[in-house]
Amino acid sequence: MIDKLTFLRPSKERLNLFIFFGALFFGIGIYDLISNSFFSENITSFLPEILSFFTPLIFGFVGLHLIRIEYSGNKILDSLNKNINSNWFNSILTLLLIFLLIIGIPVILNWAFFDANFFGTSKEDCTNSGACWVFINVWFERLIYGLYPNDQIWRVNVAFIILILTVGVAFFVNQKIKKYIIIFLLFVFPFILISLLSGGSFGLEKIATNEWGGLSLTFIISIFAIIFCFPVGMFLALGRRSSFPVIRYSSIGFIEFWRGVPLITVLFMASVMFPMFLPDGTFLDKLIRVIIAITLFEAAYMAEVIRGGLQALPRGQYDAGKSLGMSYWKLHLLVILPQALKLIIPGIANTFLALVKDTPLILVVGLLELVGMIDMAKTNPKWLGFAAEGYVFAGLVFWIICYAMSRYSISLEKKYKTDR
Amino acid sequence: MSETIIQMKEVNKWFGDFQVLKDINLNVAEKQKIVVCGPSGSGKSTLIRCINRLEEHQKGQIIVDGNELSDKTKDIEKIRAEVGMVFQQFNLFPHLSILDNCTLAPIWVKKTPKKQAEELAMKQLEQVQIADQAMKYPGQLSGGQQQRAALARALCMEPKIMLFDEPTSALDPEMIKEVLDAMVNLAKAGMTMIVVTHEMGFAKEVADEVVFMDEGMIVEKAKTKEFFDNPKSERTKLFLSQIL
Ligand SMILES: Nc1ncnc2c1ncn2[C@@H]1O[C@H](COP(=O)(O)OP(=O)(O)OP(=O)(O)O)[C@@H](O)[C@H]1O
Ligand SMILES: [Mg+2]
Repeated sequence: MIDKLTFLRPSKERLNLFIFFGALFFGIGIYDLISNSFFSENITSFLPEILSFFTPLIFGFVGLHLIRIEYSGNKILDSLNKNINSNWFNSILTLLLIFLLIIGIPVILNWAFFDANFFGTSKEDCTNSGACWVFINVWFERLIYGLYPNDQIWRVNVAFIILILTVGVAFFVNQKIKKYIIIFLLFVFPFILISLLSGGSFGLEKIATNEWGGLSLTFIISIFAIIFCFPVGMFLALGRRSSFPVIRYSSIGFIEFWRGVPLITVLFMASVMFPMFLPDGTFLDKLIRVIIAITLFEAAYMAEVIRGGLQALPRGQYDAGKSLGMSYWKLHLLVILPQALKLIIPGIANTFLALVKDTPLILVVGLLELVGMIDMAKTNPKWLGFAAEGYVFAGLVFWIICYAMSRYSISLEKKYKTDR
Repeated sequence: MSETIIQMKEVNKWFGDFQVLKDINLNVAEKQKIVVCGPSGSGKSTLIRCINRLEEHQKGQIIVDGNELSDKTKDIEKIRAEVGMVFQQFNLFPHLSILDNCTLAPIWVKKTPKKQAEELAMKQLEQVQIADQAMKYPGQLSGGQQQRAALARALCMEPKIMLFDEPTSALDPEMIKEVLDAMVNLAKAGMTMIVVTHEMGFAKEVADEVVFMDEGMIVEKAKTKEFFDNPKSERTKLFLSQIL
C-alpha cells in the first residue's frame, strides 16, 4: 500500500511533472488568497468556513512540498529550496511572509501613493481616501526650519550647503586633504554654523534660539552632541580604568549617574533646574543647556562602549607600548585607542543612532525639532487629524538619516578590516 | 669586567599574598649575556618584567643604568626606552605595518625625524632578514617573521639592554632557528642581554652566565660551562636532566 504511494514523493526522475503540479498548487493558493482579500470572492466557499480560511496555506504548502526536490540539478530550484523551502516549517514561514506582503503592500501603496493627494494649499484639497501629503507640503518650510524667520532662511541653507559640499568633496580627495576637511568639519564648521544661524555679528540680524526648529535643529543638536560626546566618553572610559582612585571613582559615579536617569528628566532639569544653580544675572542659552545635557547623557553610554573596546585588547599591547618607552597618553593615542575604536565601530554607530533618535525629546523643554514641529502642526485647528501623515514623514526622514549613518559605519568597518 | 648596568638587591615581590620573587640578587655587567631558566611559574617572567618596571617590586632595590626604579622614579619612560623587550607572543601592533611598528616609538618617543627613523628601521629589518616584509601587516607574517620584526622594533629604539621572555616558545620548531640566529647575531654585536629561554643550545653558545630559578628564588647562578658540566644544586640537576 505505502509502496504504491511513492509516486507521490517528489523525485528527480519526474522533475517536470512535480514542478508543474507544485507550481499549480502554489498558484491556486495565491489565487485563492488574492480573490479572497481583494475581490471578496471566495472560490472555496463550498468548504466549511474554517477549512476555507486555510486553503491558501494548504495549497501553498502542498505546492512547496512537491517542488522540494534535493539536488534537482536546476540551479534556481535548488537555491530556492535551500533558502526558503528547506523543510515544512521553513515553507510555512515563507508562505506566511508572502501572504503578508501580498495583503500589506497594496494597502500601503494605495494609502501612500495611489489614493493620496499631494498638491494643494488646504485640507479641503485632500479629496481622495488616502494620505493627505498636502499637510506636509504646506508645512514643509516649518518642518525644516522651525520658526526661523522666512526672509532669513537662506542662512540655514548656506550653512547646510557648506556642510554637504565639504562632506561631498571629502569622498573624492586623497587622504591628506581629507584630514584637513575632517579638521574643518570638527573644529571650524560648528562655529560657522552657530554664528550664521544666531547672527548678531557680520551685520546679520540676531535670531534667538527659540525660533530655531524643525529638521535643521535636529541636525544642529545631533552634530554638536556627536562631536562632543565622543571625546567626553573617551575620557570617561579611560578614567574608569585609571589607577588613581579619585579619577576612577568619579568616572564611575558620573557614568552610572547619567546612565541611570531617563533623558527626559535630564532635559527637564537642564532647562528648569540648572538655571537655579547659576549665579544671578548669568544666562546660558536653553539650546546650549540642552546640547550639554544630551552630550553628557550619550557620553556615558559612549564611555561604556569604548571601555568594552579597551578591555578587548590583550595586555601584551600595553606591555609592548610601555616597553618602548611610551607615556600613558602616547600609548593610548597611538596604540590602544586606534585598535579599540576599530573594534567598536558598530557600538559607536549604535550610540550615535540612539542620539539622533533621542533628539525629539527636547520637546519637553519647548524646543521643537522635526517631530516637535509635526506635533505642533497637527494641533493647528486648520489641520486637525493628519497626525499619521506627519509621523510617517518624520519616521521616513529619521530612517533615511539613520540608515545613511549605519551604511557609513559598515563601510568604515570594512575599510579597517583590510588592515589586519 | 666592565661596568655593572643592572643591579638587583634583595628584590621581593608579591602578587597579593603570593610571593613571586624572594630575595633576588643579580648583577649584570655591560655586554654580559645572561640566560634565565627554570620551571614554569618560578617567576622568570616576573623577574625580567621588573627590570623595565612592567611589574613593580615591593621590597629591595633595582638599579638600571644608574637609575633606581621605585614609585618615585621620574621619567620611567626614559629608562624603558633604553631597555628593549621581546615577548613570547610578539605583541606587534596589528593596526600598523611592520615598518610603522618599527618607526612608531622612535618618532614619537625619541622624536627622530620620520625619514631617519625609516632608514634605521629598514636597516634593522635587513639585519633580521625581513626587509621585504616591511609594508605588510603583522597578521600577514609567519610567527618567526613576526618575532624577528618584534626584535627589529625593539632595536630601533637603540636600547642599551635587551630583555627576552621566552622569545621562541610560541613558535613552530622550524621557525625557532631563524629567531635564535638573529639573537646570536645581536649577542655578537655586543648587546647586553637577559634571556629567559629553555633553548639550552642557545645558552651554551651565547651565555656568559646561566641563572636557574625555582619558586621565586635564584637557586643557582654560574658561568655557563660550569652550570652545565657541574651543577651544584640537586634541583638544577633534576631540571637539566629533564630538559636536555
Ligand atoms: N598578574 C599576576 N597576578 C597574580 N599572579 C601572577 C601574575 N603574574 C604571574 N603570577 C603568578 O606568579 C608566578 C610566577 O609567574 P611568572 O610568569 O613569572 O612565571 P614564569 O617563570 O615566567 O613561568 P612560565 O615559564 O610559565 O612563563 C606564577 O605562579 C603566576 O601564577
Ligand atoms: Mg613566563
